[in-house]
Amino acid sequence: MKMTGAKMVIESLNEERVDTVFGYPGGAIMNVYDEIYKQNHFEHILNRHEQASIHAAEGYARSTGKVGVAIVTSGPGFTNAVTGLATAYMDSIPLVVISGQVPTTIIGTDGFQEIDAVGISRPCTKHNYLVNKIEDLPRIMKEAFHIARTGRPGPVHIDIPKDITAQVGNFEYPKEVNLPTYKPTVNYNKRQLKKAMIAISKSKKPLLYVGGGAILANCGHEIREFAKKTNIPVVETLMARGIMGHDNPLLMGMLGMHGEFAANMAAYETDLLISLGARFDDRVTGRLDEFASKAKVIHVDVDPASIEKLVKANYPIVGDLKVTVEGMLESLKDIEFNDFSNWVALLKEYREKEPLRYIDSNTVIKPQWPIERVGEILGNKAIISTDVGQHQMWTAQFYPFSFPRQFITSGGLGTMGFGLPAAIGVAKGNPDKVSINFSGDGSILMNIQELMTCVQSNLPVINIILNNNYLGMVRQWQTMFYENRLSETDLSIQPDFKMLVESFGGLGYRVTTKEEFDAALKDAVEKKRPAMIEVIVERNEEVLPMVPNGHALNEMTLIGDIDE
Amino acid sequence: MNNFNHYYDSETIRQVISVIVINEHNALSRIVGLFSARGYNIDSLTVAPITGSEYSRMTIVTTGDKRVIDQIVKQLNKLIPVLKVNEHKNVIEKETVLIKIPINQPISDVEVIARAYNGHIQNVTDDAIVISATDEPHRIANFTNIMNNRFNPLEIVKSGVVAMER
Repeated sequence: MKMTGAKMVIESLNEERVDTVFGYPGGAIMNVYDEIYKQNHFEHILNRHEQASIHAAEGYARSTGKVGVAIVTSGPGFTNAVTGLATAYMDSIPLVVISGQVPTTIIGTDGFQEIDAVGISRPCTKHNYLVNKIEDLPRIMKEAFHIARTGRPGPVHIDIPKDITAQVGNFEYPKEVNLPTYKPTVNYNKRQLKKAMIAISKSKKPLLYVGGGAILANCGHEIREFAKKTNIPVVETLMARGIMGHDNPLLMGMLGMHGEFAANMAAYETDLLISLGARFDDRVTGRLDEFASKAKVIHVDVDPASIEKLVKANYPIVGDLKVTVEGMLESLKDIEFNDFSNWVALLKEYREKEPLRYIDSNTVIKPQWPIERVGEILGNKAIISTDVGQHQMWTAQFYPFSFPRQFITSGGLGTMGFGLPAAIGVAKGNPDKVSINFSGDGSILMNIQELMTCVQSNLPVINIILNNNYLGMVRQWQTMFYENRLSETDLSIQPDFKMLVESFGGLGYRVTTKEEFDAALKDAVEKKRPAMIEVIVERNEEVLPMVPNGHALNEMTLIGDIDE
Repeated sequence: MNNFNHYYDSETIRQVISVIVINEHNALSRIVGLFSARGYNIDSLTVAPITGSEYSRMTIVTTGDKRVIDQIVKQLNKLIPVLKVNEHKNVIEKETVLIKIPINQPISDVEVIARAYNGHIQNVTDDAIVISATDEPHRIANFTNIMNNRFNPLEIVKSGVVAMER
């Protein structure tokens, strides 16, 4: 069928059953936007900044498991999107991001709003394309979605010059992808898996170390089954929160820099670390040469390059995590395991001795409290996004996550300004859940304009701002490691958040007591409108436990160390 | 047991890698970008289309410890346009050098030395002669040193290494 390049973009999105597109128009992408005006296949959400369009597409992708789609214009439109692409790349989130480009006749002349977009996006995408010929467009669209969602997922960028979107060509959407150079491994090596299972049967203190790959591969159920049948304890990374469910007796908590004592001690004492979709990030391992130093390592990852990037793997297994864990479950019937109940009991003892806790106050709201409180009131009815900083760690620690994809956060890149736009994507993709964004008074101002998106698109995102008038995490490091020189982290002068959200047309609350918080949350949930609850919290609360930079996981600063 | 030390002790090795990659714009920059972004070394790089196919072959000489070389190979394999990466173990390596020497130098010596390195005089003008030599990279390095020290060359151009498994 003959049609313009712009129409081809729309038709391709329709072929991929895309129901939501985030974006922002501009000169070089206007032909595509003209077709968006005419179509009724998908809904377009107009963000107020291209970075937010990408984060919103991420929030949508992270919470639903579908490929997120965003459309931006050339030049500044695209460069604004780069932080979003890098965020998605670091966390392996499947996205297709389409940008306009100046006409092919202008490329290379420093034209108005021209930038080498594919040159810029190369290091922060899984793959990228500049469309040179209209004949290539349907194939590239098909390949982009395929590459984004298969193997180790990731963002794919397509840069389309304006004259290509205006040209008319023949549209036939390919049925299949033909990429001889791209064949991600799905099936694990059976002999290797058998060796790994024998290693588990010989071990006395095995530990399942579960990462974000478990969420991406949708294998929460399989991992819970495997842990239950073998009685092997589990630690989760930040990106894996929700895999086990907070009340699962085998979950020893989150490990890493702000992990639980029991989880970090488990990693310290284990004799067999079974890594499932985790990548040994420095925020998890602490001092690398001391990480799980008594253990042999089974390393399962879909990406061969992740294996032995940082840690020697005694049993490397490349394969789709869901398929591999299914294989592990299958092989259980042939293998006798040790009784791990003493090991589990020891870790439970650690958990009871040094639980995750904070010291509550009657005079001021401690920042952990509103997080726990939302957990008590909404629990698994909410999907929780965060920005980056202290509030992010407290949310990871104190919210009772009960299912995968319930916790939406920027792990790898640590992007401030992520939370609100991501919560927009969550709200769009999950209308039956309450979309909550926990943010700090620093982070929220990085994409505050997205309140307008919430109001215009009628997306009832509830932003809970834990306001300590500090750039809290940096302040904490300055206090602990820079002799309290609070260089540029005092944010005493902040906007009136209540008035600010009201000026956008949303609901505003400012609370200083627990009773006010409960009332505000109840009101915001009932009214189903975009809202912002500013909670005035204790200024100097620290995120604990903490493993100082360059220390081993068993060298934690615990809450008792600070208070006494 | 320690899972990490074995990497830290390992020595720096030189590795010849060939990469078969789809001919498309951006392919070279993807590969070079991978090296620069991850802080890996490229000592030399040659690239040319493979006759009668839609692929090109790149020959990359790099240095690093075992962990770095492993990562280079894995990360190259991960790039979408890369068909095959070969870590050569037993290869014939060749490099070509072109050297321009002013005509007033003792030319008979030039010819004799060049021949020892499979070299020839390629061109002679009123001002200069150009010699070429093709040999193993370490011999080309020797040859270049000798010529540099003795004949004040005007210009030296090296091709980079091409390699083939024996």
